Amino acid sequence: MIEEKFDAIVVGAGMAGNAAALTMAEGGMKVLQLERGEYSGSKNVQGAILYADMLEKLVPDFREDAPLERHLVEQRFWMMDDRSHTGLHYRSEDFNEEKPNRYTIIRAQFDKWFSQKVREAGATVLCETTVTDLARDSHGKVIGVRTDRRDGEIHADIVVLAEGVNGMLGTRAGLRQRPKPEKVALAVKEMHFLPREVIETRFNLKGDEGVVIEAVGTISRGMTGMGFIYANKECISLGIGCLVADFQRTGETPYGLLDRFKRHPSVAPLIAGSEVKEYSAHLIPEGGFKAIPELYGKGWVVIGDAAQLNNTIHREGSNLAMTSGRIAAETILQIKSRNQPMTPQNLSLYKKMLDESFVIKDLRKYKDMPALMHTRSQNFFLTYPQLVSKAMQNFLRVDGTPKIEKEKLTLRSFTKTRSRRGLFGDAFRLVRAWR
Amino acid sequence: MSIELSMRVEDKLFNNRYLVDTGRPHIKVRPHAKPSPQLLSMLKACPARCYELSEQGQVEATVDGCIECGTCRIICEESGDIEWSYPRGGYGVLFKFG
Repeated sequence: MIEEKFDAIVVGAGMAGNAAALTMAEGGMKVLQLERGEYSGSKNVQGAILYADMLEKLVPDFREDAPLERHLVEQRFWMMDDRSHTGLHYRSEDFNEEKPNRYTIIRAQFDKWFSQKVREAGATVLCETTVTDLARDSHGKVIGVRTDRRDGEIHADIVVLAEGVNGMLGTRAGLRQRPKPEKVALAVKEMHFLPREVIETRFNLKGDEGVVIEAVGTISRGMTGMGFIYANKECISLGIGCLVADFQRTGETPYGLLDRFKRHPSVAPLIAGSEVKEYSAHLIPEGGFKAIPELYGKGWVVIGDAAQLNNTIHREGSNLAMTSGRIAAETILQIKSRNQPMTPQNLSLYKKMLDESFVIKDLRKYKDMPALMHTRSQNFFLTYPQLVSKAMQNFLRVDGTPKIEKEKLTLRSFTKTRSRRGLFGDAFRLVRAWR
Repeated sequence: MSIELSMRVEDKLFNNRYLVDTGRPHIKVRPHAKPSPQLLSMLKACPARCYELSEQGQVEATVDGCIECGTCRIICEESGDIEWSYPRGGYGVLFKFG
């Protein structure tokens, strides 16, 4: 069945792989995409938020038939202690626009749709096929792949590695290192189903409006982590993630954290009475700019999560995946159109174009944030949320204490816990890493 | 107000769909007398609680409920404690929502 040679083989059918396969197929290349799931999407896990701009560049009229859940009109950021949350909310009618900017999606369903677009563009998509090895010639050039489906190799001029954060091919072949426990987070998630009207009432939404809640604080028990709650049409995606190294160090369990998050008095009423229909887990690249591996080589490129392209601070990953996939594909199309070989020198255009895009510019901007967040997790994820909560309660509770006394108490609680030097140091480091 | 208070991972996994590749587990624990700290940490860190301590004190993996996150690979592969590969095409967890 697969005796012929392809122009390109794409390993994986997530956001990055689909973006690359679609772009190359539309450019007239003969593309084979291999996916280990029973269909594209059945192995993919994300929160999930879709960023319209990056998808528009691939499928301009996606709003016509893509399975979108809700367009986001509100973002809530919560700083939590065990009994409270201090919130920063932004909601705007401007987000109720003709072409909304962000949507919640359900990945298994969305990816099925995306894969259909890839097929319509002319790519061959082969599911239920796990790629086991890269095939290389005597000079080390990647010339194709081996799968668990059949003996022998499938050949192509270029192999696009879109195998995800836990990609084994690249590490097995020595193209990049296995991610370290300090550089990846483990997130667990549940899908909570409720009637549409109930979700809209509880989250203050009308029609297809959506809301996102992101939460940090004592919910991560001092580990570097974050909880999230996304409103879909008829279900709520609820999850929490922390660094793998922190789980390893503390002995906390992922499901224990999840259940504690669900029981929090600010969260429990939102999901009360829901039916949980799925429990999933996934790794998230957290190493930022400094964790990006070699992006190309002899006959191969790596894109998306497999290349650790994830913006931790803004919680963006799928858009970096789509964009890196598209840019890699455009590079390959250019090389192909000039009838040139897929050498590192020619493929270096991919990195050059990526460097000039928001993908690398954003990751470079926050290059020092991972180290700051990971090494001072106790302060940022436990101490400050507790202090802020105490300060807010002190500010709001009317009990006859003169306001001036209250302010002194609050200030003292900060300086006593972190010391003036510690406070200024944290602020300084945060500002410097943010710039 | 009814709040699900369950801490049992089995109850969570019960909602998932799987196609188990019987007799071909995709994760294998290297035989050992005394488990390494990395292996021991998997008793807690695995989100599907695939790792358990045997009565003789060895760490064993039962991967039927594995949700293929790769956490154990990140923690235990480098030390050689486990062999990790993806399930054969079509097998393993089948997410309905993801």
